[in-house]
Amino acid sequence: MGTAMDSSKPLIAACFAAALAACAAQPPQAPQSAPPMQPRARISYPSTYQPATAAPVVIRNATILTGTGERLNGADLVIADGRIAAIGANATAPANARVIDANGRWVTPGLIDVHSHLGVYPSPSVDAHADGNEMTAPVTANVWAEHGIWPQDPGFQTALEGGVTTLQILPGSANLVGGRGVTLKNVPAASYQAMKFPGAMHGLKMACGENPKRVYGSKSQAPSTRMGNVAGYRQAFADAQEYQRTWQKYERDLAAYEKKKGTDPKAEPPSEPKRDLKLETLSEALDGKILVHIHCYRADEMQVMLDLADEFGFKIAAFHHGVEAYKIANRLAEKQVCGALWADWWGFKMESFDGIPENLAMVDRPAGGCAIVHSDSEEGIQRLNQEAAKGMARGNAIGLTISEEHAIQWVTMNAAKALGIADRTGSLEVGKMADVVIWNRDPFSVYALTEQVFIDGVLMFDRAQPARPRSDFMLGQPGGSAP
Amino acid sequence: MSFTQITRLAAACALAGCAFAASAADLLIRNAEVHTVSSAGKLAKADVLVRDGKIAAVGTALQAPSGATIVEANGKPLTPGLFAGLTAIGIEEVSGEASTVDEYLKLNAPAYAMQWRPEFDVTLAYNPRSVLVPLAQTEGLTWTVIEPGSGEGGSLIAGQGAAITLDGRFDAVLEGSRSMFVAIGNDSLALAGSSRAGQYMLLDQAVREARSTAPLGDRSLLLPTGREVLARYLKGGRFVFDVDRAADIRQVLAFSRRYGIKPVIASGTEAWVVADELARADVPVLIDPLANLPGSFDTIGARLDNAALLARAGVRVGFTQLLSDKSHNARKIRQVAGSAVAHGLPWDAALAGLTSVPAEIFGVAGSRGHIAVGQVADLVLWTGDPLEVTTLAQQVWIGGNAISMRSRQTELRDRYLEKLNRGAAR
Repeated sequence: MGTAMDSSKPLIAACFAAALAACAAQPPQAPQSAPPMQPRARISYPSTYQPATAAPVVIRNATILTGTGERLNGADLVIADGRIAAIGANATAPANARVIDANGRWVTPGLIDVHSHLGVYPSPSVDAHADGNEMTAPVTANVWAEHGIWPQDPGFQTALEGGVTTLQILPGSANLVGGRGVTLKNVPAASYQAMKFPGAMHGLKMACGENPKRVYGSKSQAPSTRMGNVAGYRQAFADAQEYQRTWQKYERDLAAYEKKKGTDPKAEPPSEPKRDLKLETLSEALDGKILVHIHCYRADEMQVMLDLADEFGFKIAAFHHGVEAYKIANRLAEKQVCGALWADWWGFKMESFDGIPENLAMVDRPAGGCAIVHSDSEEGIQRLNQEAAKGMARGNAIGLTISEEHAIQWVTMNAAKALGIADRTGSLEVGKMADVVIWNRDPFSVYALTEQVFIDGVLMFDRAQPARPRSDFMLGQPGGSAP
Repeated sequence: MSFTQITRLAAACALAGCAFAASAADLLIRNAEVHTVSSAGKLAKADVLVRDGKIAAVGTALQAPSGATIVEANGKPLTPGLFAGLTAIGIEEVSGEASTVDEYLKLNAPAYAMQWRPEFDVTLAYNPRSVLVPLAQTEGLTWTVIEPGSGEGGSLIAGQGAAITLDGRFDAVLEGSRSMFVAIGNDSLALAGSSRAGQYMLLDQAVREARSTAPLGDRSLLLPTGREVLARYLKGGRFVFDVDRAADIRQVLAFSRRYGIKPVIASGTEAWVVADELARADVPVLIDPLANLPGSFDTIGARLDNAALLARAGVRVGFTQLLSDKSHNARKIRQVAGSAVAHGLPWDAALAGLTSVPAEIFGVAGSRGHIAVGQVADLVLWTGDPLEVTTLAQQVWIGGNAISMRSRQTELRDRYLEKLNRGAAR
C-alpha cells in the first residue's frame, strides 16, 4: 500500500516532474525535456498495514469536536468501511450498524503526535534498547527511524489508551541531521511495516542548538558551536545539490542514449551514479518529498533555519519544541511553519530557559498560525488532550479566547497538516479515515478518559473490555500497566 | 477571573500595602469554598481571617478588623498552599548547566575507596533568588522539600534535604523537616558494586560504623562528621528512600525495622504490590501516579491506579514528580494529583496528597497543609477545581502576604504578547 513517497529511488525524476519548481536553488540550466520515469523507481520497506474489516458503527448523540474548528452538540457520527460515512444531527446509518449511545460523551478525531520516540527509545529503557540516536556523525541523513523501531514497546498501547491513533517516530536530536522519521498508525503489529501509515511521507529530523554541538564538541569534533552547526547544515545541503546535478546529468545522458541507440550501434549507455543514501535523503527533502522537522528552541535559531531553508529552497514543516516560538509567532505564521510545542516545559537546559505556558496560545494567535501539541515523551503522549487544555487555559487567561473546538486542532488537524496527511485523517469529515476517539467527558479535563478508540473504523481500544497486553514484552509479567 | 482582573487585584494589593516584603496586614477572604483538609472538611461559603501571617479564624460572616484587606472570593475554591513535591527548586537553575546545579555531591571516589557523606546538607545551597521561586508561587506552590540527588560519582546516601517555604526568604528551612535521602535500585547499582545486595551490605556497614565508637579503619565508609550525623538520624530520624521495586521496598521496610528508623517511600512505582505491608507499618509514600510504563526492570508493575490501590489499603499517599521536570515544571504536580483521581483516588485524598500528607510526612503539619486556626497563612484562591488542568491560581498568599503573581515567565509573556498584538512578533 505504499506509494512513491516511500521510495528511496533516485530523486532527480521527481525534481523534473515538479517542473523544476522545487529545484529553484540550483543554478539555472538549459531547459531539458523530462526523461521518462525510470523503472528503477521502487518502493522500499513498504507499508503492509491493512485495516481489518469491521461492521459499521453509529455513535449517537455525542458532543463532537470535528477537528475543523467546529463543535456539534447532540450529533451522530457514522463509520462504515473504515471511513467517516456521515456526521451531524440524526445521521443515517446502515441497518447493520452497531449503535453506540454516546449521550454525555465527547467524540474527537484520533489524536496525532508529530514527535514521538516510541519504539526507538522504548520501555524498558535498557542500554540494548537505545536505538534513537545514531551518534556517530553529525549528519546521518541515511538512517531511518523505522529501522530502529521495536513494535513491542509497551508505550504504543498506553498512547492508544490516551487516544493517539497516528504518530511520527523521529530519530533523536544528537545530530544536525538525525535521519528519516516515519508516520505510523498506532495498531498492534509484529513489524513496523504493518504499522506504517500508507502513503505518508517521511520526515527529516534536524536539530539546532545545544545537542549537536555538545555531542560532537565533547569529542573535539565539528560542530562544537552554533556556527559549526549552521556550517554543517549548509555543507550537507550543498552536497545534496551537487548530488542532484550528478543525477540530472545522468538522466540527460540516459535520455540522449535512449534516443540514439536505435540509429547509432556504437552508442553506450551512461553508467548509473552510485547511490549515496545520505544525499538521497537530503535531496528528497530539497524536493519536498520528505517533510522537514527541526528540533529548535530559540527564536533566533529558528530565524537562522528559516534563512537556511530559503538558501537551499526547501520548506520547513514544523519547528519542534520551539519554546521561544511565541517571540516570532507572526513570522512563523507568515512562513506557514507550524510550532510543535509542549504546554509547559522549560528550564531543563539553557536554550529552554525562556519557555512560557502561553507559547501554544500565542503561536496559534496570528491568522494562519499553526500550533501543535507534541509530546517527545512516553508519558506526555498519553495525555495530549490535557496538554492542549493547559495551553488553551493559559491563552484564555490572557484574553486570547480559545475554544475547545479550536484547541482540539492542536492535537489533530494541525498535526496532520505537518505530517502531510491532513487529506486523510486529523478531522471528522466524510470520506476520511475513521480515526475516532470517544471520551467519557469533556477531553479538556484531567479527569477525562478515553472509552473507545477506533483506527480506520476498527475498535482498537475499549476501556470496558480489558484485553491482554498488546506488547509481547508485557505478557506473563506480574502486574503492569495494561488493563 | 480574567487576566486584567488578576492584574487589578495585584495592583489593589500593592496599594493596600500588602506587598510581598512588607509585614502581613490583616486579611479577610470572604465567601470562598474553603478546603480545610482537616476534620472540618469542605466549607461551601466560608471566610478565612488572617492576622500576623497566620490563620486567625475560619467560619461564616467573620468581621474584618479595621485596616484589613478584604478579598471577595465569589465562591471560588480556597486551599492550603500546595506542596511542590520533592524538588531542586533553588538548588538548580538550569538542569543542563552544571555550574547552576547543586543537587548532587559527586566526589567520584572509585568503588574500592567508596566514601559516603551523610553530612552533606543540600539546603546550604538554597538560593531563594532563583527564578523558579516566584514561578512556583504564582502556580500556588508555597513549600517544597529540596532533596539531594544520588547518581554517578555520588553514593547511595545522597545526603540531607529539608522542607523549605517558598516565600522567598533566605533562611527558608522549616523546622523539624530535615531528612536523610537514600537511593535504592536500578540507578544506584553502580554505586554498590553493581548488585542490589551490595546496596544493603553497604547500608548495613554504614549503620554499624555510625553506631560504633571504635576508631575508624582504613576502609570505613564514613568520616567522623558523617558518623555523627548518621548516628543522630538513627535515633528516630526520617529517611526518604527512593525505591521502586516491590522486593526492594520490602528490604527497606526490614532495614527500617531492624534499625528503628522512620522510612518514607519515594517513587514507589511498585508500592501497590506491598500496599498492605506499608499500611501495617504505617509507612507513607510519595509517588507519581503518571508512572505507568516499565521504564526499567524495577518498574515492571507500574500502573495508573497505584495511588488508588495504596489509599484503599490505608497507606498515606502524597505526590511527587518522577517523569517530568520536577523543579522547573513543579506546577504539573496538580495534574499528577488529578490524574490519580481519574484513576480511582478519591478527590479529597488527592488534595491531601498535595497538602496535609506531605506536611505530616515532613513534620510540618503544625504549621502547613491545612486551613485551620494557628496555621501559617499559605493560601491559594483558584479559578476552579484546583486539580483541573484548566484551572489557574488566581491569588496566592504566603505567610499572609499576597504575592505579586509575577514571575520571569509573566514578564516574557507580556513583552511578547504586546508585540504579538501589534503583529510584530517576528
